[in-house]
Amino acid sequence: MSKTHVKMTINGDEVEALAEPRTLLIHFLREELGLTGPHIGCDTSHCGACTIDLDGKSVKSCTIFVGQAQNAEITTIEGIAHPDGTLHALQEAFRQHHGLQCGFCTPGMITRAYRLLQENPNPTEEEIRYGISGNLCRCTGYQNIVKAIQVAAEELSVKEAAQ
Amino acid sequence: MNVQSPPTDKQRIEKLQGLGSSRKRVEDARFTQGKGNYVGDIKLPGMLFGDFVRSPYGHARIKSINKDAALAMPGVVAVLTAEDLKPLNLHYMPTLAGDVQAVLADEKVLFQAQEVAFVVAKDRYIAADACELVEVEYEELPALVDAFKAMDADAPLLREDIKDKMEGAHGARAHYNHIFHWDCGDEEGANKALADADVTVEEMITYQRVHPCPLETCGCVASMDKINGKLTLWGTFQAPHAVRTVASLITNIPEHKIRVVSPDIGGGFGNKVGVYPGYICSAVASIVTGVPIKWVEDRMENLSATAFARDYHMTGKLAATKDGVITGLHCHVLADHGAFDACADPTKFPAGFFNICTGSYDIPVAYCGVDGVYTNKAPGGVAYRCSFRVTEAAYMIERMIDILARKLDMDPAELRMKNFIKKEQFPYTSALGWEYDSGDYHTALEKGMESVAYKALRAEQVDNRAAFERGETRKLMGIGVAFFTEIVGAGPVKNCDILGLGMFDSCEIRIHPTGSAIARLGTISQGQGHATTFAQILATEIGIPAEDITLEEGDTDTAPYGLGTYGSRSTPVAGAATAMAGRKIRAKAQMIAAYLLEVHEGDLEWDIDRFQVKGNPEAHKTMKEIAFASYNQAIPGLEPGLEAVSYYDPPNMTYPFGAYICVVDIDVDTGVTDIRSFYALDDCGTRINPMIIEGQVHGGLTEALAIAMGQEISYDEIGNIKGGSLMDFYLPTAVETPMWTTDFTTTPSPHHPIGAKGVGESPNVGGVPAFSNAVHDAFAHKGLTHTQMPHDHWRVWKTAQKLGLTD
Amino acid sequence: MIPGSFDYHRPSTIDEAIGLLASHVGDALILAGGHSLIPMMKLRMATPEHLIDIQDIYDLSAISIGADQIDIGATVTQAQLIHSEELADCCPILRETSLQIADPQIRNLGTIGGNVANGDPGNDMPAIMQLLDADYVLQGPDGTRTVKARAYYEAAYFTARSENEILTSIRFAKPPAGHGSSYHKQKRKIGDYATAAAAVMLEVSNGSCTSASIAMTNLADTPLWAEAAANALIGSALDADAIAAAVAAARAITNPASDGRGPAEYRTHLAGIMVKRAIETAHARAG
Repeated sequence: MSKTHVKMTINGDEVEALAEPRTLLIHFLREELGLTGPHIGCDTSHCGACTIDLDGKSVKSCTIFVGQAQNAEITTIEGIAHPDGTLHALQEAFRQHHGLQCGFCTPGMITRAYRLLQENPNPTEEEIRYGISGNLCRCTGYQNIVKAIQVAAEELSVKEAAQ
Repeated sequence: MNVQSPPTDKQRIEKLQGLGSSRKRVEDARFTQGKGNYVGDIKLPGMLFGDFVRSPYGHARIKSINKDAALAMPGVVAVLTAEDLKPLNLHYMPTLAGDVQAVLADEKVLFQAQEVAFVVAKDRYIAADACELVEVEYEELPALVDAFKAMDADAPLLREDIKDKMEGAHGARAHYNHIFHWDCGDEEGANKALADADVTVEEMITYQRVHPCPLETCGCVASMDKINGKLTLWGTFQAPHAVRTVASLITNIPEHKIRVVSPDIGGGFGNKVGVYPGYICSAVASIVTGVPIKWVEDRMENLSATAFARDYHMTGKLAATKDGVITGLHCHVLADHGAFDACADPTKFPAGFFNICTGSYDIPVAYCGVDGVYTNKAPGGVAYRCSFRVTEAAYMIERMIDILARKLDMDPAELRMKNFIKKEQFPYTSALGWEYDSGDYHTALEKGMESVAYKALRAEQVDNRAAFERGETRKLMGIGVAFFTEIVGAGPVKNCDILGLGMFDSCEIRIHPTGSAIARLGTISQGQGHATTFAQILATEIGIPAEDITLEEGDTDTAPYGLGTYGSRSTPVAGAATAMAGRKIRAKAQMIAAYLLEVHEGDLEWDIDRFQVKGNPEAHKTMKEIAFASYNQAIPGLEPGLEAVSYYDPPNMTYPFGAYICVVDIDVDTGVTDIRSFYALDDCGTRINPMIIEGQVHGGLTEALAIAMGQEISYDEIGNIKGGSLMDFYLPTAVETPMWTTDFTTTPSPHHPIGAKGVGESPNVGGVPAFSNAVHDAFAHKGLTHTQMPHDHWRVWKTAQKLGLTD
Repeated sequence: MIPGSFDYHRPSTIDEAIGLLASHVGDALILAGGHSLIPMMKLRMATPEHLIDIQDIYDLSAISIGADQIDIGATVTQAQLIHSEELADCCPILRETSLQIADPQIRNLGTIGGNVANGDPGNDMPAIMQLLDADYVLQGPDGTRTVKARAYYEAAYFTARSENEILTSIRFAKPPAGHGSSYHKQKRKIGDYATAAAAVMLEVSNGSCTSASIAMTNLADTPLWAEAAANALIGSALDADAIAAAVAAARAITNPASDGRGPAEYRTHLAGIMVKRAIETAHARAG
């Protein structure tokens, strides 16, 4: 079984590597590239801890082979903050509204919410709940996560209006 | 000229962000940017990966293991079996409950997914491939799955290793599958109360086997440094110091040559208290190979092999007068411990604190007895977000109270009010021997009933039932009331230890010259936010802003010895140690201030962040000034520096309590339950950080929802695990989870230095009976007394069907 | 949970894909979104030596809506089905159903071809395709053939597709304007397969049901097209008796497994409830 040559853009950086075709994208990110923000929680695509943004879509990187992401544009939690280092409104809102506890689901949760707010900038509570239904959290009961996403949505739309 | 006015007291208090402040968490910056450091993130040079070959059978004899093909695979470094561990005497390890557990299966497998061989390879992919190549020949044996049949005369013998050892860790064993009998209270008196009672009720209540299922599974990295002979273990350990001591006892490596580190932990909920074969195998493999070994279980392994919870079959009997005064309680528990007794309980309590089962009620006489048995199931029996076996006890008594209320035709809230321990009875000694520290139950339940408009809800339910009878609706409304008393903060060394280690906890504080500080604790956060809240306790005690205090936990080389974080013990025990260490700092600071201000110590008083001369507040020294002086002045009679350490042995447990009310609408045609509202009032004594308390309650309620409405680890008749992945094991998403309403009263603990009691686990303890009582309440008018959890769709429908409500 | 090794192929034309499949017949599997296959591979229940990723085959990724016919390419994702306004206008049950499949991330990758092709009885789209009387277009070394969705499923994971064929598209007659449809799915939680689910499509004229189709998910080892149940509605006023007859006929053909979702008896009962509710919703939407 020969190795495949893979090439993709991750958090703005171009990455090239040789990888065994069966390498799961989550392992490639975590072990080859040291991007340990996305986590493995369930191995069966139920928990969403491995969520990343791939070509403008939220996906679960535990259920993607590295070759499938050839030439893809990927954003992980490490690429969510602004280039100048300031935090994204979601990162700030999760902290302000206690949207995390153990932190294990948080990278996937924020990365999913990041895309959700681009798909739907003014979601209702119900839309947020359905929008993050592919991400499990065992600590927070979701209430403060929903609140944090609502607040971030408001802040982002205020910013948008100001621009 | 612009004269800056000195800060007011209020500003000074706010700046501290001490007790009562909803301080934002210091942990969040790294977690929100993907910069946490969990065990899976650790990567060391030359690191190898371990993976297990596991048993496909519930009960079988191992006839042979052939590892040749696996060893021949390029990249495979070693394959360990019990035969390899025997010469090191490591094929069995001691459990926390005084039993032993096979590290790798010794001649027999006793549960499906049991560890049989440990493959070490260059990467996790090769390790997984090699596991497939290990050939194990089994001879299947009859499996014992039903705990009620464990002590039958013809039951299969499970534990051949201890078949002749009829004296167990907790006394005599009555059968080869019997682990222990433990009881307490007055059985004769309880039986007499039942015989003499106007009214009695009896029910067998099962609390099904579930699993804590934190989002991060268990794992470790073991690294033996052959040059200096030191073994370092990073892992998902809720009790790192205990792991170090156990590791030392097992391996004979002296304790100072072992360093145990708990990095960030992705949730624990009890799952990460125990010591697992993966840790031992990784350590052995690292010692043998001289390179670091990583082992991280996958989710199916987590659900099927590491630390289940509950699995208690509880038969309760209540005696009462005809007007609803409870006169006695008798209960017996059949406890299914699986193949090895690996319960995580204090040594003297093989059934944990199950004898809190008199609950919040003034029951004059009570008895409880527990028999533990072996079955062909995974070992465990941990406290899943509850103190030791407290949620089982609370579930039993809260269901029994509802069952009694039905029998008496009384409102279940009214029956509770009638039997509550009264405020003036505290400290109250229960019939089963616990001394409840403080409580005000009537006020709490009254506040709850008022908040949810309980009377109006009951009136609405009457209307709903009438409409149902008229065929106008197919939904039934249920109102679940639960009132719980937790017993947390294990615990006093005189009766609480684990493997002989007293269950105290510790805090060490060092104040830096410029007035900031570092504090180290024997506990370890798994999401509770210790770095935030313990700094708040200290801020109030020593007058240094919380943001200037670094908190460290989880590294046995630097942290003082402590028994770790589980059973809601961190705030009651380590929180107390923190306050006491802070007070030692303050005592020395007072001497320094007296020297600096040239007054007697007795002339000083503490004020927020400083010592001031009584009657002359202008003459003062702030803690910051005192800190600097402690490093740069030779003060007669005092050592330089400002440090303190406190080991806190709590005089008693703490007893948080709460009133929960749940409203559910049930579609009888589908069995679908819709949680319309849930109100949770918690009294956890002094509230350190209200934001974090609320977060803990939300999370605990969501876990309770999952347990009551869907979670179950079950086995078929030959011991195959059912529901061992997240497809089947119920973890609610944001869609299934309702909005929670939280509330509180504050009844401080009289014996805790700051009056705090602990909260993390209360919502699990109180939540489960509240959900369950709500489901039962919906059908109560049709004669339902009890039905076993989980109340998932099909079981609820089955209940409706049995009551003749379906078409 | 680590998959076995394989060689990865990424053809850009359908002929290339079919050629690859032919040269590795029996050892190769088609990879589209991967959300059925990869979990099976991680459990090593599927161990292909060659994976043929068809994502680059542009022809397979389109939704085309003609005057009378709708064609959906095999690699169209559930998310694409949800986002197509035009499709939602003329065949709303596809959006309604897609929204009840898995979760947002999985819908971004999960394809309709993958959902219908492998014969997993838990998948939702096979019943919808039976409801719509869709044709599956299968292409192999000998050319193209079509198989009715209603004839495609033989048993769990056994279908009419042979190992050297690729399901390239799905086509079906555009539903008549004014039809009403609904998919009722009960599951334990988001991400679960149906405990029971029913799809109904019908037309009503002057208060009378003029056409009807009913299909069900996860109530046997194949999807179930409930012809007799639908016939019980045609010509009726969709009154209680007609619905009861349809429910009884639908329940009669179920043969569900007993599993964590409930015993067979419950799932059969629930099938009837789903059928009833789907009829009522479809009726309300018709016209």
